[in-house]
Amino acid sequence: MAKRQTIKNHIQETNLYRSRSLVVSLIIIFMLFILLARVGYLQVLMYQDYRTLSNQNRIKIVPLPPNRGLIYDRNNVILAENRSVFSLEIIPERVKNIDLVLEDIQQVLTKITDDHIDDFKQRLKSSRRFEQVTLFSGLDDIDKALIAVNLHKYPGVSIEARIQRYYPFGETMVHMLGYVGRINDRELATIDSDNYRATRHIGKVGLEKFYEDQLHGKIGYQEIETDVRGRVLRVLKRKDPVPGKDLYLNIDSRLQLEASRLMSNKRGVIVATDPNNGHVLALVSAPGYDPNPFVSGISTTAYNKLLASPDRPLFNRALRGQYAPASTVKPMLGLLGLEKGIVSASTRIWDIGYFQLKEGERRYRDWRPEGHGWVTMKTAIRDSCDTYFYEMALNLGIDNISKGMETFGFGDYTGIDMGEEVPALMPNRGWKQATENMPWFPGETVIIGIGQGYWTATPLQIVNATAAIANDGYIYPLSIAYAMGNDGVKEALSIDTLKHPVFNFKPENMQLIQDGMRSVNQFRGSAFGAFKGANFTSAGKSGTAQLATIAQDEEYDEEKVAERLRDNALFVAYAPFEKPQITVAVIAENLGGGSRHAAPLARQILEYYLELNDKDE
Amino acid sequence: MNNPQQTYTHKARHSIMWRLHLDTPLIIGLLVLLGYGLIVLYSAGSENFALVERQIIRLGLAFGVMIFMAQIPPRILAAWALPLYVISVLLLVGVMFFGVTGKGAQRWLDLGLFRFQPSELVKLALPMMLAWYLNERHLPPTNKDLFIIALLIIVPTYLIFKQPDLGTSLLIAASGVFVLILAGISWKIVTWLAIAGASFAPIAWNFLLRDYQRDRINIFLNPELDPLGKGYHIIQSKIAIGSGGYYGKGWLNGTQSQLEFLPERHTDFIFSVLGEELGFFGVFILLLMYGFIIGRGLFIGVQAQDTFGRLLAGAITLTFFVYLFVNIGMVIGLLPVVGLPLPLFSYGGTAMVTMMASMGMLMSIHTHRRLHST
Repeated sequence: MAKRQTIKNHIQETNLYRSRSLVVSLIIIFMLFILLARVGYLQVLMYQDYRTLSNQNRIKIVPLPPNRGLIYDRNNVILAENRSVFSLEIIPERVKNIDLVLEDIQQVLTKITDDHIDDFKQRLKSSRRFEQVTLFSGLDDIDKALIAVNLHKYPGVSIEARIQRYYPFGETMVHMLGYVGRINDRELATIDSDNYRATRHIGKVGLEKFYEDQLHGKIGYQEIETDVRGRVLRVLKRKDPVPGKDLYLNIDSRLQLEASRLMSNKRGVIVATDPNNGHVLALVSAPGYDPNPFVSGISTTAYNKLLASPDRPLFNRALRGQYAPASTVKPMLGLLGLEKGIVSASTRIWDIGYFQLKEGERRYRDWRPEGHGWVTMKTAIRDSCDTYFYEMALNLGIDNISKGMETFGFGDYTGIDMGEEVPALMPNRGWKQATENMPWFPGETVIIGIGQGYWTATPLQIVNATAAIANDGYIYPLSIAYAMGNDGVKEALSIDTLKHPVFNFKPENMQLIQDGMRSVNQFRGSAFGAFKGANFTSAGKSGTAQLATIAQDEEYDEEKVAERLRDNALFVAYAPFEKPQITVAVIAENLGGGSRHAAPLARQILEYYLELNDKDE
Repeated sequence: MNNPQQTYTHKARHSIMWRLHLDTPLIIGLLVLLGYGLIVLYSAGSENFALVERQIIRLGLAFGVMIFMAQIPPRILAAWALPLYVISVLLLVGVMFFGVTGKGAQRWLDLGLFRFQPSELVKLALPMMLAWYLNERHLPPTNKDLFIIALLIIVPTYLIFKQPDLGTSLLIAASGVFVLILAGISWKIVTWLAIAGASFAPIAWNFLLRDYQRDRINIFLNPELDPLGKGYHIIQSKIAIGSGGYYGKGWLNGTQSQLEFLPERHTDFIFSVLGEELGFFGVFILLLMYGFIIGRGLFIGVQAQDTFGRLLAGAITLTFFVYLFVNIGMVIGLLPVVGLPLPLFSYGGTAMVTMMASMGMLMSIHTHRRLHST
């Protein structure tokens, strides 16, 4: 018996399956019959009722788009608003010969270029035949009049008023605000399509994207009764949309405009923050671009031109630019050196204009070929002595440096509410082994000492690390927005405002570094010329980042180097020295020396902001 | 030896279709159904030919997948069953942690080039796994086997349910239960399962369902609760179908469909367009086509020579049936809205490919039978 059980009984199993199949077939037939019966009930028994309902089904539900929240600066200046724009719309189904109509309209309105026609045809392909497709957006009064008198000739063509985003400050704020554009297929897959049924635009980059959910609001709807042809007879029921929340920024638009003015015709970044809380006061990445064409749909030609520009206007340098921080990081490195006991306030070195790992080996040159002579920490910061920091960095070692600088936020996100930030790179042994499969060489530590080599940082990181010095060793996450709300009622945003201390240090060491930075601007330091005659106290540090490699005994000659390979000019500063209110970082690409080209811009920003504050109070 | 059945089979075995491992009746049934679907889709998509074009391209791809699957002999399918099942469960776990969120649910894995929905793979892997497991054992299954099978069903069902994708998880659970029924599990246990399921419902309602899923069921019971969303869908869908009458309002002439009263009419609610424009007659034709495909599938199951083939064929066919039953049931207001497309009819890609892959497996089971007669 036991043995027989282990042999499968095929005939019995086959029969079992057959009988089960039969039962299942009967069940399926029964269930299909239920479906048919139900459909029959609807279509045959209830036909008259539903027929009447269908004929009377003139009640249409029209989704109503919510108004997008506005964006204000700290003084309630409006930075992103909603305007009604008039656009030319076509319902394909109602137009007999669309090419002919397009040609006619083009003759009436010469503004409409072949590009517009091409883009329109592109959109036509992916839209429904009975839905309006935009041909041209942004008709002015004359255009409207021109079209309106001819409108009767073209059934299916109409002028529609729509609420559309408008950025009054155009390109000066685009890298901070971002912009909205038409929803594309990819975005459609990730949003709540019910809530976006009436919405045409969505935040594409910047704050508009980061705060999309809050800015958008909630859809409303209207039940309307129409006649047989679909014309509206009356509104039966209305549920108002919930408008999006207005966004309030820490940005001071006046400072933002000033920074943008200073950067005109330059490439680079100005970022200013309040060191006491990490609030971003101004954020300019130059060059910018006008976001407004993106809202109504930028033409392919215009977009390609932006893409092809060697100045890369679409690139957000403030968030994504990875620059060698150069000498702007000497204060933080100096603090680390003091704290680790590598150097002390009284340590002196004799600078002969270069540093060598060993006699006869490669010379790491100081920016001053003849050297600085006797140098201490304070004068090394004041005069931006490279040799002092080469030696100190080598003695600190890469492990100490990368760990210490990480606490200043290097190699990490600043937490700014923008979403496109990159962490840049604070290199260490592990990173090099992993990416280049090579050990770390001491020579690489040497140039890390002047913020070059593998080390890269975003302007946001540079300004925030400087703010940590200004703020006696505390670092805040950066934030652009501070509140949201409707009708002027502001609810504070729950953003991470916790400050983090950098590594442990003795107060007198911090004092020494801060004094060094003050002497840069005020006591015959590297930026003394730029800050001459300033009516405020300040501290700063210049930086000049080499892009071209210079041979051992060659002089760097600004004239000879191709423009795009010239040094980047950097400057960081804060003011007033005693009670800092503003920290600024200026990075001007390919302009040359930091103290000569970036420091004057930083001074103007500090001066402008402190004057504004005096005036406001 | 001379009975007509044998001669028919012999003739069939030499035909080109047979050598390609394709089942002629099933192919014809599928082609007719798909053609019918395209005609309705053209109307449902507001005469947008680009939409139909994209669907045709997908169909081409799906047909390719079906033909490919048909070439794979059942013994290889059986050998794949365990690894495929393990991989698809791992992928489901992967979705939980690394999945891409779309429309509020985490269902996709982003593979760079394309997005992949592991729950689709489970639709194939689970029936294969159960068929393979039971093939090695006595039928009807013992209590120990039943316990293991229950685990095999519950794990992927739960993972998909958590994504959350209620429709697909129910479908997958149902396909598992069908395999058990076909395997000869006693009716007593089936009754107990049904009772357990019914008493489980309130627990699920209170602890497992998410708010929006609860809303959907509330709306099903009382459509007026949500006049803009799903409730509106059901009301409008019933009006569309009901006003179709015997012969419908005519192709492209459905007022409900064309005037935009019907939402998602080219995907989940395509049946309403059919009902409105082609009427009871059109619906009857569609059910006939479905009935034919299901009948052929069950026939293939009965003809199969081993337990694996039998159970797999049965499971595929029954899953197909549940799929269409749930979709039509929801559109005509018999079942709550769960968001499943009408199989081989609705616009959309992934589910179509999976469905055709399973049709390919059916053909493989049928055309790889050995020549001996018993």
